[in-house]
Formats: sequence, C-alpha cells, structure tokens
Amino acid sequence: MEQFAALLTEIWRTFRLRPMGIVGALALLSVVFVAIFAPWLAPYDPDERIDVEPGDLLAPPDAEHLLGRDDAGKDVLSQLIYGARVSLTVGFVASFMSMFIGTTVGLVAGYYGGRIGNALMRLVDFLLVIPHLPLMLVLISMWGRGLWKIILVIGLLGWIYTARLVRSQVLSIKERQFVLRARAIGAGSLRIIARHVFPQVLPLILAEAVLSVSGAIIAESSLSFLGLGDPTLVSWGMMLNFAFERAISRMAWWFLLPPGFAIVWVSLGLVLMGSTLEEIVNPRLKTHHLFDARRMVALVTGARPKDFGELSRGLEAEGVAE
Amino acid sequence: MAVLEVQNLSVNYLTDDPSAGSGRRGAALRAVEDVSFSLEQGRSLGLVGESGCGKTTAMLGVLRLLPAEGRIVSGEVRYEGVDLLRLSEREMRKYRWSKMSIVFQGAMNALNPVRKVGDQIAEPLMLHGAATDKKEASERVSELLEMVGIIPEMARQYPHQYSGGMRQRAMIAMALSCSPDILIADEPTTALDVMIQAQILDLLQNLQQELELSIILVTHDLGVVAEICDDVLVMYGGKTAEYASVDTIYNEPLHPYTQRLLQAFPDVDSPTSTLASIPGYPPPLDALPPGCRFEPRCHCKSDVCAVESPPLVAVKPGHYVACHPEHLER
Repeated sequence: MEQFAALLTEIWRTFRLRPMGIVGALALLSVVFVAIFAPWLAPYDPDERIDVEPGDLLAPPDAEHLLGRDDAGKDVLSQLIYGARVSLTVGFVASFMSMFIGTTVGLVAGYYGGRIGNALMRLVDFLLVIPHLPLMLVLISMWGRGLWKIILVIGLLGWIYTARLVRSQVLSIKERQFVLRARAIGAGSLRIIARHVFPQVLPLILAEAVLSVSGAIIAESSLSFLGLGDPTLVSWGMMLNFAFERAISRMAWWFLLPPGFAIVWVSLGLVLMGSTLEEIVNPRLKTHHLFDARRMVALVTGARPKDFGELSRGLEAEGVAE
Repeated sequence: MAVLEVQNLSVNYLTDDPSAGSGRRGAALRAVEDVSFSLEQGRSLGLVGESGCGKTTAMLGVLRLLPAEGRIVSGEVRYEGVDLLRLSEREMRKYRWSKMSIVFQGAMNALNPVRKVGDQIAEPLMLHGAATDKKEASERVSELLEMVGIIPEMARQYPHQYSGGMRQRAMIAMALSCSPDILIADEPTTALDVMIQAQILDLLQNLQQELELSIILVTHDLGVVAEICDDVLVMYGGKTAEYASVDTIYNEPLHPYTQRLLQAFPDVDSPTSTLASIPGYPPPLDALPPGCRFEPRCHCKSDVCAVESPPLVAVKPGHYVACHPEHLER
C-alpha cells in the first residue's frame, strides 16, 4: 500500500514536469470518458429506428446533427461516441493480449535459449512469413464474426514482433553483470527474470504497447473494411469503411474525417503518455545530462513548474542553463 | 579446519569450432588446471597473476557461476566438508551468498541500474531468510550501508546517483549482507582512484577482523597482497606456479615467474631502481606450450622445461612450487 502510494507520487511528480505527458493522458482519458458515458453523451440512440426522408441521407452537419448524417440517415456523432467503446475495447484488450504473449515468449526464448528458445523462435518465424490479413480472414470465417473473436484473432497474431524485440533485448541483458550477481546471491531463474530482466525490458514493452494499441484499432478497421467486423456493433473502423465505400464519392467529409481523427487522437494520446511513462520505468532518463537543466533541478529540489522562471534565472547566474 | 578446501580444480571452456560449422564443439580450452588451495577461518588468501591466467575463472568455478561454455572437468570444492560440485543447482543456491559471497571485478556494473540500491541489498536478505519482513530488511540495509560509510538515506537512490567508489562500497555491503563465512573479492579496487582504493582495502581489513571473515582476494597488485593477505597463490597460464605464505613468497620466492613478478613491482627501499618487465605475453589458451607454461618467457629454462610440465611439489611444509628441481637449487 505504501509502495503503491509512492508509485503514484512518483508518477505525479514526473507528469507534472512534462506538459506533453499531461496532454497525452488527458487526450486518452477524454476518450475513455466518452466511451464509458456514451449513452448519456450521445444525442441519438444508434439502434433507434428512424424515419428517413431522402434529404436526410448524408445530410451535412447542422444544429440537430453536429456531424451530419450517414448514408442511412443516422447521426454520425452518436456513432462516433458509441464507436469509441468498441474501438477502445479492441485496442486495449487485443494489445494487452499480444503484449502478454510476446513478452512471455521473448523472455523465455531469450533467457533460456537452447531448444525451447529455438522452438519458440521457429514458431515466430513461421507466423512471420504468413501474411497476417489472409490468416485473420481465414480464422474469422472459420470461427464466425463477433467482437471477442476479432479481439482474439488480433491478439493472437500481434505478439510476434514484440517477442522478437524482447528476446533480442533479453539476449543482451542476460550477459550483463548484474544478472551474474543475481545468480551469485542465490536467485533462481524465475526470480532473475522477474526482478532483473523484466524491469529492463519494460520500457521497450511500454513503447511497443503504445504502438500496438493503435495497431489493433487499425487491424479491427481492416477486418471491418473487408466485411468481417461484428455486424451488430459500430466501430470507428466500420465507420471509416462505410464512409470509404459510400460517402467519399459524394464528398461527405463529415462521415469520413471524424472516425479518422478519433483514431489519431487516441494514438497521439498514447504516444505522448508513453514517453512520460517510460521515464518512470527507466529512472536514468530522468536525470540524463541532455535533459533540461531546469527540470533536473526541479526534480532534485521538488520545485513546481511555476517556479521555473525563477529557477532558470538562478541557473543562468550560476552559468548552468544554456 | 579449513572452511574452504579446493582440490585439483580444472575448468575448460568449450569453443565453437569454426571449421566444423556452428554448433559443433571445437577444442576445449584449459583455462584452469589442477588448482588447489585451502582457506582457514578468518584468514585471507591472495590470488595473483597476470590478466587471463584464470584467476576469475577459478573463482567463478568455486561458486559454480561459470558462463555456459565453462565446464568444471574435475576437482573438489569442499565447504566445511561438503563438496559443492556435487550439489544440485537448487542446493547450491542456498550456499551462494549466505556462505560465500563475491564482489565482482568492476563491481560498479553489478548493480541493476533500474532498481534502488537499498532494494537490491535487501534482495539477498529476503532470499536467504536473514530478514523476515521489509521493515527488518530495510533496517539491516541501513546498518550495512553505515558500515561501509554510506549514509543510510542513500538506500533510496538509484545506482547512477552513486559515485564509482560508493557503488563499490555498496557492493561490499551487499556481499556482507548475509554474514557469509567467505568473501571473494575479485579485483575490488581496479578502476578506482588511489584514495578510494586505500579506503576500500582498509574497509575490507577492518571488516575481516570484526566479522572473522575469510577473504580470497583476486588481484594483480602485489602491494595489496602484502598488506592484506596471509597466503598467496601465484597462478600462471591456468596453473599454480607457487603457493606459500605471504612472507615466504616475498622473501624467498622460488618460481622464476614469482621472482620476476616481484621485480616488476616498485620497491620503497630502492625507489630509483628501474622496474624489470617480463618480456613476452602469457600463453594463449588455444596454444599452450607443451612443457612448462612459463617456459617461453623464463629466464632460467633448460631443455627439460620445453617438454615436461613440472609437477607442484612441496619444497617445505606449506611452500609449493611448480618448477623443475634443478632450477630450484639457487
């Protein structure tokens, strides 16, 4: 409990000094908020039957429909809000799955090596040469369409690059002296992996996870694009594809752009937040000499960002700042 | 009784043979051959020799921490009568650190850069049951850090916030955390400046007296050995050249290598005399001379040296030399 509080303090201290991290976190939190409170936020129920008049189809934005209507006369904003639920679920769950598998495989293959390592890496090579999209198509058409099946397929195929990345890093880490020392204190392999190797690959996994979330969202869009998405749910990918098929030719930008921007918004938030989180799991980055001198002083002294002006004047007087 | 008794320890390194394709084993390199010594409680042994003569390999062999290519091919390592080489890996883990700990060569790299120093010192405590809960462990960590002259508050810092000498001392603190009987210090002062070197050596000596530690000091600094050690084992090319008490080694060295090694070291009594270096290099492990390992560089060799490797013989009780007898009559 005490440690958890210390971690929270640490996270807060790091984020406070990195405005971009806060921006990223806010961007992501806003989407999560929208997804959770979708029924209250969305102006229309996406499942509601509506009477459509010919003029309503692909109607441009107006006061009643802020983002216009789609080709079936439904409100685009409401679809976007509900789509956040599906896209975020797919993104986070599938990415967590592939990170988990990839990290485990990478750690085991890298640390133990030998026959187990070889077998695992040959499996990776095998999966690597099979084109993913056709494989996903085959799996989905075998298992049937459904949100959780899509998540499973994306998660089960997304771990390969992570596994290779983690393994190569582990190969170098396990030769480092602190691993030998960990063996010398009598630690077993599992303990060494958990306490000494894993923390070292964590920054890598974090960076990879950030990319993988947006990758999973995009993979889901590709599947939807090919007509294999869950037909009962609207996702951003599904919207993009409908727009691509039916709206572009009619110049209905209000149907095409919002889901695209939403995906960019989430990815951007993740990237910005990711680089700040990386600083927390890799403490050396924080006091790196290439970093802003003001920030280093602030970290050591616990000064607040608003004191920076005064701090940098002080540092200039000392000849430290640029 | 000796706490640690090493008998005829031999370690090979297996190499990949490039001509036989990868994965095929080539020739075995004999890194350590027939090394024996014994260590009494509270005494210290100096392991001396040039770089690459197998000192570190021998110590890693004792702890069974050799890299994957290293194989202990024969010998016994008896800790209080138990042959460590016959234990299972799981049993061996109990001996590591709680009975025998090691300060690695370049110990400053032996700390995990992303974990706090205090947590790392606490790790063996929890692992070997020397502390039962976190509170007890952190108290002990404070004690240990204070013992090596680091303020306990620094336990919460990361290794990169320590200086090189502090990291070295933190490693010594960690090595002593489980009150081991034997401390192996593998060149604990290399890469440190002279002031810090002196501090670390003082620290080791004081701790030895306080804790009745047995120390194996691996070094090539003969001055340090003279100051700290009771016995000296001189290694050359993986073999024992001479093994005796520190007085004997310094006053009546018999092996030509020991003699030359001592001459290569500055003498306070005649500071102006030029230092004698030993021409040539230690033999590469893949091309060891067929006879005595030191023969190609020896200043008093004869024909027999090139063909026959001299056995290690006791010239006096407690004084062992591996040199052909006719050269010892000087």
